[in-house]
Amino acid sequence: MSKYKMHVLVCGGTGCLSSNSSQIVDNIKKYLKENGMENDVQVLKTGCFGFCEKGPIVKILPDNTFYVQVKPEDAEIIVKEHLVKGRKVERLLYKEPLTNKSIEDSKHMDFYKKQMRVALRNCGFIDPDNIDEYIARDGYQALGKALTEMTPETVIEEVKKSGLRGRGGGGFPTGLKWEFAHKNKADQKYVVCNADEGDPGAFMDRSILEGDPHSVVEAMAICGYAIGANKGLVYIRAEYPLAIQRLRNAIKSAREYGLLGKDILGTGFDFDIEIKYGAGAFVCGEETALIHSMEGGRGEPTTKPPFPAESGFWGKPTNVNNVETFANIPVILLKGADWFSSIGTEKSKGTKVFALAGKINNVGLIEVPMGTTLREVIFDIGGGIKNGKKFKAVQTGGPSGGCLTEKDLDTPIDFDNLLAKGSMMGSGGMIVMDEDDCMPSVAKFYLEFTEDESCGKCTPCRVGTKRLSEILTKITEGKGTMEDLQTLKTLSQTIKDTALCGLGQTAPNPVLSTIETFWDEYVAHVKEHRCPAGQCTALLQYKILEEKCIGCTACSRVCPVGAISGKVKSTHVIDQDKCIKCGACYDKCKFSAIVRQ
Amino acid sequence: MSDIKVTIDGKQVVVPKGSTILQAAQKVGIHIPTLCHLDLHDIKMVNKAASCRICVVEVEGRRNLAPACATPVFDGMVVKTNTVRVLNARKVVLELLLSDHPKDCLICPKSGNCELQELAETFGLREVRFKDAKQSTYRKDYSTTIIRDMDKCIMCRRCETMCNEVQTVGALSGINRGFNAVVATSFEVNLEDSVCTHCGQCVAVCPVGALSEKDYTWDVVEALADPDKVVVVQTAPAVRAALGEEFGMEPGTLVTGKMVAALRRLGFDYVFDTDFAADLTIMEEGTELLDRIKRFLDGDKTVKLPILTSCCPGWVNFFESQFPELLDVPSTAKSPQQMFGAIAKSYYAEKLGIPREKMVVVSVMPCLAKKYEASRDEFAVNGNPDVDISISTRELAHLIKKANIEFKDLEDEDFDKPLGESTGAGVIFGTTGGVIEAATRTAYELFTGKPLEKVEFEQLRGMEGVRTATVKMGDLDLNIGIAHGLGNARKLLEEIKNGNPRNFHAIEIMACPGGCIGGGGQPYHHGNIEILKKRAEAIYREDANKPIRKSHENPAIKELYDTYLGHPMSERAHKLLHTKYTPKERV
Repeated sequence: MSKYKMHVLVCGGTGCLSSNSSQIVDNIKKYLKENGMENDVQVLKTGCFGFCEKGPIVKILPDNTFYVQVKPEDAEIIVKEHLVKGRKVERLLYKEPLTNKSIEDSKHMDFYKKQMRVALRNCGFIDPDNIDEYIARDGYQALGKALTEMTPETVIEEVKKSGLRGRGGGGFPTGLKWEFAHKNKADQKYVVCNADEGDPGAFMDRSILEGDPHSVVEAMAICGYAIGANKGLVYIRAEYPLAIQRLRNAIKSAREYGLLGKDILGTGFDFDIEIKYGAGAFVCGEETALIHSMEGGRGEPTTKPPFPAESGFWGKPTNVNNVETFANIPVILLKGADWFSSIGTEKSKGTKVFALAGKINNVGLIEVPMGTTLREVIFDIGGGIKNGKKFKAVQTGGPSGGCLTEKDLDTPIDFDNLLAKGSMMGSGGMIVMDEDDCMPSVAKFYLEFTEDESCGKCTPCRVGTKRLSEILTKITEGKGTMEDLQTLKTLSQTIKDTALCGLGQTAPNPVLSTIETFWDEYVAHVKEHRCPAGQCTALLQYKILEEKCIGCTACSRVCPVGAISGKVKSTHVIDQDKCIKCGACYDKCKFSAIVRQ
Repeated sequence: MSDIKVTIDGKQVVVPKGSTILQAAQKVGIHIPTLCHLDLHDIKMVNKAASCRICVVEVEGRRNLAPACATPVFDGMVVKTNTVRVLNARKVVLELLLSDHPKDCLICPKSGNCELQELAETFGLREVRFKDAKQSTYRKDYSTTIIRDMDKCIMCRRCETMCNEVQTVGALSGINRGFNAVVATSFEVNLEDSVCTHCGQCVAVCPVGALSEKDYTWDVVEALADPDKVVVVQTAPAVRAALGEEFGMEPGTLVTGKMVAALRRLGFDYVFDTDFAADLTIMEEGTELLDRIKRFLDGDKTVKLPILTSCCPGWVNFFESQFPELLDVPSTAKSPQQMFGAIAKSYYAEKLGIPREKMVVVSVMPCLAKKYEASRDEFAVNGNPDVDISISTRELAHLIKKANIEFKDLEDEDFDKPLGESTGAGVIFGTTGGVIEAATRTAYELFTGKPLEKVEFEQLRGMEGVRTATVKMGDLDLNIGIAHGLGNARKLLEEIKNGNPRNFHAIEIMACPGGCIGGGGQPYHHGNIEILKKRAEAIYREDANKPIRKSHENPAIKELYDTYLGHPMSERAHKLLHTKYTPKERV
């Protein structure tokens, strides 16, 4: 990298790519050439910067200039002003929402200030398709160290000491898992990388594979060495084409460099990786279901024990870790378990990547040390709630997690705290809700997801989630009874108690974590047929305020069902029997004369 | 294996490592209710789905409830099977199952035999909380033999385990997700167009009414009522060893005489025995075997050995679709059912002086594949089938019950002559190893020219899935293989494909575990494999009680050859008693 004076990093993650960031790269190259600077400035398509809210992102090094929402046509001005003349393009700089001040150096952005990037260390920094750039960032050193200086046992010891826990959702100690697989003797063992990221709105694993695929390749080889496996498999969903392409590239170049294949680094250790494609079933994130799917069978879980460490892929000892877990491994070996375990809380070490979404200003991908509070994540990094609305709840752990409220905001985020609060870490989805979100509807949304994604094997999940979502639908339509609320609770408990796998066991969490905290809201739906958040269309009533209506007829003209009547310049009236609650009149009225109740 | 100490409901029990909670509980007499679970360890079928969650129990120190059927015990485990938490969970799970199950129990083919019905009764369930809940519905699928009414499927997956793991047919598999998950054929083709062999073992293990046989009893009623028809019935050997169970009799009770009496009461004009045709099968198949062996010993390189039996229609369907390259290996002899039909509608119809169209041949079979076999085009003359209607043991029981016959009180009666005359060799066709034992009895005497000193070949009997034996026939060591269950058959077929390294001369194959006594049309065994063993014992008892025990000594058979067929494998015998196989491409 040293021969260039400046570097232009353009986000090449899936989000920014779909906002045409490839064209930005081409245009910048074109204008650089026109200005004869193509040998002075390097243009790189990198992985995700995380600040997806403001993508596409273009970052200029060495001065850390952070341009947001860049369009292909902005390339000209970036080149001519910034790269040629050294003048920053003011209008493309990021502005703090509160102060409206432009931030020139990304290090000063609130979004990044409290973040600590370990798993995402190379995302948005290197060209993921260039193995040399990974190597320049100490890549494959950890593998070299493991193979030449460490025994499998000491590798496992180091991972155990680091306190790393599975980032896929379960939070099982990674070193312990490796040890189980290591101790089971077999002629063939497997390392499996679970890249079947399925939580709605989550894209942690995709970003790592898109931005830093080599970190996963390296870690899998280290794991293979530790447990005694020479074959690795990545189970990745086919709807991640970019991640697949970059991973394929990474595997190919690692083979060319002798970092995969036979006799790696002349140590006699063989290891290679094959990619297996999933069809996008959420349940295939469960490790036994994932293994069955890889074997060509139906993606559905089986009872554990036997655990995969004992009998996994084709009945052989298999270690399954998630992408983010693997991405942490090389750093742990290089910087040491002590360094890693100095980050985080007592029982949750290191950092965690979250996909921030929902009613929050800074939607994107963040990585924070364990122990960071929800308040810091939502209000400092996330920039608070959109449109100045009031925070209501944050949903963590995806469909398996629960909702946390105001009172939980100062809870340090770690595996055990979230579990104790009735939610869970999950793989890192974090969806923020404001006062306009109706909690029974939120629960219904997640239940509909798990109902769809249930494999249908065990009764509680196959039929139980269906019944839960039916009852929730009834409630949100104002047809629920108090008896339904009781059934909701007992049914949820039973599903949690009896379902076969993690999907079913956690499926009722969105109900259980909201029904107590937001009991009044549930009761309002049942007894008063009212949705306090005003979200449940079936329960809404649109009314025209006599004192505000000037009789402009705009509402009656926009009403698709002719439910509004009234003469010009006199108060209009909505026929509630005809009204389909589409809200068109509400949006149309310029005089705030229509209210939603 | 080391022993493990477990406490269940306060009772201490020691079990071998690897045992499940359910097995440990059974050992101390604690009955944990199950539904999807099915353990037929004698035929190596264990349904491990653990999907219904009815058998959940509390395990001390465990966060959630554990399925007793699939959770291995550990030392010091403390289990509670009867707490409020457990009972509530079971009740809710049962309510969930019933909330997605049609409530037409009164007219369900499994009524009275339904394991879900029984559970609901045991639990005293009087209400299902989920009113107006959606039920999953699917297209009904009728094949010649089996009706799939998947609205009733509870996803226990027993049929799938049976079809894929035991039978290795692979016709059934779970499809769809969530609430719409169901067991289906590939691409959801009709069962008739799938690789299904019609063996009916899926029906035999289905706990509810999702899989049942196609019922042809009304066709029988109508035929019997038709004054223009001569209605002839044949009963397969395994029926007499199981029919009594449908009338509350102990498994293993032989009801041959009562069955004959009941059939006469029902109005059949002639009550004959498939055992007669079994003896005929031995004449043809045994001759074919000896012919192949002699040619082989004479150095004929084109001769195909081993010869495979061909009396089982499920097995015929299996090799036609799964091993089309081996179609010239099995014997060309038709099954006893079809030999009977062919002889009845030629030899016997001529004897009676009636055209074949006037005769209706009904077969009572322990089997569902026989319905399919009877419908095959090659077993008809000008569209008139040799066997018109094939009903199962269960269907016969219904016919008898419907006709107000007190089965238990009937006096024994004898079959009609001549097609009711049979030997002990014909009887043992009904159990695994029986066909080959019957063939050996005849082949030995024909090959060596010496009388057998002992007719029982104990080495050919038993329940092991694949058995082998060598029988000395003079200078020849006859190597015999036996397989029951199509998965076991596949093992032997693969061996033959790979050059027959064990030099088998003859192999007997039965599609159903246990042979015909465990057929898909028999009274439901509900997972109790001891019932099959009792039926097998009954079959051997019947054989021992027969005055004649070798097929070639059956006087009616001798007469048939003397007056009509000439000799085994004669031209006429070929036309009437042999068939050919066609490859089937199926999914």
